[in-house]
Amino acid sequence: MKIHEYQAKSVLARFGVPVPRGEVTFSGAEADVIARRLGTRVVVVKAQIHAGGRGKGGGVKLAKSPDEAERIAKQMIGMTLVTHQTGPEGRHVGRVLIEEGLEIERELYVSMLIDRAAGRPVIIASAAGGMDIEEVAATHPEKILREHIDPATGVVPFQGRKLAFAMGLGPGPAGKMVTLLGAIYRAFIETDASMIEINPLILTKAGDLLALDAKVTFDDNALYRHPDLREFRDLGEEDPLEVEASKFSLNYIRLDGNIGCMVNGAGLAMATMDIIKLAGGEPANFLDVGGGANAEQIKNAFRILMADANVKAVLINIFGGILRCDVLAQGVIAAVKELGVPVPIVIRMEGTNVEEGKKMLRESTLNFTTADSMGEAADRVVALAAAQGPRPRSPKA
Amino acid sequence: MAVLLDRQTRLCVQGLTGREGTFHAKQAAAYGTTVVGGVTPGKGGTTHEGWPIFNSVHDAVRETGANASVIFVPPPFAADAIMEAADAGIPLVVCITEGIPVVDMLKAFTFMTGRQTRLVGPNCPGVITAGQAKAGIIPGHICTEGRIGIVSKSGTLTYEAIHQLTRVGMGQTTCIGIGGDPLIGTNFIDALRLFAADPDTDAVIMIGEIGGTAEQDAASYIAREFKKPVVGFIAGQTAPPGRRMGHAGAIIAGGQGTAAEKMDALAKAGVHVVESPADMGVKMRTVLGN
Repeated sequence: MKIHEYQAKSVLARFGVPVPRGEVTFSGAEADVIARRLGTRVVVVKAQIHAGGRGKGGGVKLAKSPDEAERIAKQMIGMTLVTHQTGPEGRHVGRVLIEEGLEIERELYVSMLIDRAAGRPVIIASAAGGMDIEEVAATHPEKILREHIDPATGVVPFQGRKLAFAMGLGPGPAGKMVTLLGAIYRAFIETDASMIEINPLILTKAGDLLALDAKVTFDDNALYRHPDLREFRDLGEEDPLEVEASKFSLNYIRLDGNIGCMVNGAGLAMATMDIIKLAGGEPANFLDVGGGANAEQIKNAFRILMADANVKAVLINIFGGILRCDVLAQGVIAAVKELGVPVPIVIRMEGTNVEEGKKMLRESTLNFTTADSMGEAADRVVALAAAQGPRPRSPKA
Repeated sequence: MAVLLDRQTRLCVQGLTGREGTFHAKQAAAYGTTVVGGVTPGKGGTTHEGWPIFNSVHDAVRETGANASVIFVPPPFAADAIMEAADAGIPLVVCITEGIPVVDMLKAFTFMTGRQTRLVGPNCPGVITAGQAKAGIIPGHICTEGRIGIVSKSGTLTYEAIHQLTRVGMGQTTCIGIGGDPLIGTNFIDALRLFAADPDTDAVIMIGEIGGTAEQDAASYIAREFKKPVVGFIAGQTAPPGRRMGHAGAIIAGGQGTAAEKMDALAKAGVHVVESPADMGVKMRTVLGN
């Protein structure tokens, strides 16, 4: 789960990571008051969206007076901010962070994530802060420092010193780096983060380290034990269909194409998207109905799929292990009858009771095409989608 | 010789008294697996579907001689179940559970350091040795006995591979589902080593997914040491970057972990990479000759 910069800073601050003073506002009118409260000569107005590259896109601006802060905030709130990470459609800006301006001496980079190959958390650090770290990694790999953390000890102070000295910090700031890294690690473990990124981590002229920007992503699998962090979810940053699907515990990701997919199992679902593409079609979505493909879930899945107006044909690819194909067929027939699905449906089933299932589909008089193999299923659904004109309005939409 | 488990393996089921545990324990026993009992804390001393239930894995091992465990325990308690089995000295632990927090697995791996347990999973369909035994949820009736090993991050895509092989008249030795999580106990290289040492396995189908570098690491190992033919498929060629595609580990992050780079690395290592998931079986048929 992604969260906004101001939320990330509040989480990190709880663990002792120094962050600039600032307040979020959903209304431009408050910006003036907030700027006065902060009392610095300069304040920074920062659009809050779940994407980077805001500075270049005009989403980070300096204000030299509370009046100017209000003007900028009013202009930003409600704007559609386009950055190299948002895609051309951009993101709606609903909130801005007003922050104290700081005297920056140096910009550094620090992040923490799980190194899968090593099976441990890793700190990634660089003296090249305030830049696109992937670019730095590509052009100057020697500038990227890595330090793995043993979960039995957490960050050991010598590790912090090692990174600090390698980044060219003096003894004072190096000590602060040690404390900071320990705080980041504690935040990472205790909030079940999957990634914490501070870019830039600034060294001020006064010798302090602060997180000028912060990105925190939480492990979705752990949210069940963090009711407070769940509150940070911003549904406005998510695709509405995906939000709807998540209510039914359906694993759904919307894509650009016109062939809807319903599959059991994430690997098979990805492979189904792949084979549709190979057959010359474009998948409209990823959808894993999982092992729980009962009648109710199938109905919910169809509803979600058909709510995407682009969908011109549907491919159901189910390999039933525990799930019986005749039970699946029953569920599909019931769903289609109840919802009135106005597009052709190709069903490829395999596994337990497959012949019974296929028979039920054939005898249902509904617009089903059955296929024996994934290849055949993909070819058929691509042909059907291509043959469709504009989609008729479903009678029960 | 089978890889990891056979008819003699004594399997206990952690979470046996739950719905999933009960169903799959019965399926495993019907397949021929020697299921010796279950573990549900608090229900020790009772029986369930004819099996003795124990309060702890230690008790189960002591009373039944269990030497393998399969875990059907919900996510909040699954890492604990893994650690308990490791502490009891169980050599093979297969964890089916999807949804375990990564930090919990970090702790589990720290706990298991220096212990003798091999973990398969989590978030995997388990292991099946065709015609002999299974620990997990892979349906026995789709398998046929033969000489092809399978190692896969996926569940149902593995069944697809098994089905395709059966269709072209090639059976399986052992199918190992390593799982779709970012931190897993047995990776591709571990599985390939087992197949390398198995005189009954002639070739391997390897099924990967976007995310991480496990397939690329396997490619290096294959190029260096693995002499048997490998057919490979990577799911997620059409996955958009930055999105978690179902499996917690299936995410292209920072431009890394794409299907294309994995397919490229494997092909360079001599793996017969198929673009289409429908071609795994026929490719193996072609590679091994008729």
